[in-house]
Amino acid sequence: MTNEELKAKLTEMHPEASFEEGGEWVNMVCSTGDLLSLMQQLRQEPSLSFDYLFCLTCVDFKTQLTMVYHLTSTSFRHKLVVKVKLDPKQPEVETVSAIWRTAEFLEREVYEMFGVNFLHHPDLRLLILPDGWEGKNPMRKDYEDPVNMIKL
Amino acid sequence: MYRETDIIQSADQSPEGDMIINVGPQHPATHGVLHLVITLNGETIKKVEPHLGYIHRSIEKMCESLSYRQFIYVTSRMDYLSAHINNHACALCVEKGLQVEIPERAKVIRVLMDELTRIASHELWWGAMAMDLGAFTPFFHAFRERETINDIMEETCGARLTMNYMVPGGVMHDIHPNFQRRVKEFLQLYKSKIHEYDELVTGNIIFQNRMKGVGMLSAEDAISYGCTGPVARGSGVSSDIRKVQPYEIYDKLEFDEVLETGCDSFARYLIRIKEMNQSIRIVEQLIDNIPEGDFQAKTKAVLKLPKGEFYTRVETARGELGVYIVSEGGTTPYRIKFRSPGFSNLSVLDKIARGGKIGDLIAMMGTLDLVIPDIDR
Repeated sequence: MTNEELKAKLTEMHPEASFEEGGEWVNMVCSTGDLLSLMQQLRQEPSLSFDYLFCLTCVDFKTQLTMVYHLTSTSFRHKLVVKVKLDPKQPEVETVSAIWRTAEFLEREVYEMFGVNFLHHPDLRLLILPDGWEGKNPMRKDYEDPVNMIKL
Repeated sequence: MYRETDIIQSADQSPEGDMIINVGPQHPATHGVLHLVITLNGETIKKVEPHLGYIHRSIEKMCESLSYRQFIYVTSRMDYLSAHINNHACALCVEKGLQVEIPERAKVIRVLMDELTRIASHELWWGAMAMDLGAFTPFFHAFRERETINDIMEETCGARLTMNYMVPGGVMHDIHPNFQRRVKEFLQLYKSKIHEYDELVTGNIIFQNRMKGVGMLSAEDAISYGCTGPVARGSGVSSDIRKVQPYEIYDKLEFDEVLETGCDSFARYLIRIKEMNQSIRIVEQLIDNIPEGDFQAKTKAVLKLPKGEFYTRVETARGELGVYIVSEGGTTPYRIKFRSPGFSNLSVLDKIARGGKIGDLIAMMGTLDLVIPDIDR
């Protein structure tokens, strides 16, 4: 599917969803509550069949945290970017690890680096940071480490 | 080096009769500092839990305070066996933002370097893999050819491991006058020696018995776990970015995407051996056809990317590397994410190891071809 066809199809399925312009792929913005049902639809709908989550990450825009999901289909090769905006004070979103297993590790990384709480995640623990690491999330823009910070 | 809580936690949760074994972080077969907590029942693996972070340098955070010219050098330290290809991915991503068209000569040099790197990486993997399984000789055979590539790299790039040769706009400087001659010498050497690989290891019945039927990974799982590179292709999943989303001049080159349907460790082994031959094919096509011209496009001294998001995907020796740059219009990236192939390939280890024997774990890990700095970043 080309970007235009994909966008038309998605608008038909979700009239309330908004799209961000720019970028080489379709950028779809959805609300926190709709994420899980939308993702399930994207995976299961035969004409879309987004079976491969090739990147999952988070961007700290200070006023909001944005979760970014890069999806593609191994049979159709079309690509889609789904974004969810979260409140930086209490970031919470449903896990997608039941749909794509790769999300389990990627979400653990986002959890420790950005402090996003993934609801119903099977094993939400620190992955890279050492045990006993509390509170501070190193990839947040307001993170300051008085001891080890290398000022470049 | 063990984190005490890991061991105690796991022991508390395990039922009667289970044993917890720690592999790593300093185990020779992990090729770096990877720590696996393995739950065993007798010899059967019930669970493998990777503990990461021993070599975490937070490259992503570091890149946020480095300029678009500087950050590329840090990425050589991620997957150090594919340093050229990491640099290439970052250069491509910056060029996408700048909308610079790079000269043909630079494109050809880049692809040549990428493919030589791929061969060198697979050579090292082959030697180390055989050594993990108890054969010491193959390591020396692999290094004989690998050193020749390293010498070629050293002459042109000035480094043997962290090359830092690709820059936004092309390559840093022109190839060395000896480059073409020495690459051709390498091709001859490689062709005269490649049969030894099959005679020593591939056709060896002991080796085959240890690899076949071990670490089964179905195509559905490979996709779901985000496996790429030889790991996915060993399960018959077409995932070569050079084919599915060609960059540089890969769409004009003649080479095949190698696929195997064995789904086991041996299939993944065969993929890498065959991939080396495909890389040789690419090098042969290009080595006499490096176009004349500039090796670098003209770019400004200080690079500024427009506000927006840029994503590139390239195929490293281990699989798909994604570089995601979020720019706010400044001279440094606002956020960078490296989607490293090793991270996803490691996540599947628990899946393929469960139900297998502890003795086979090394054969499974070996064919995943993990590079730890690439996983931890």
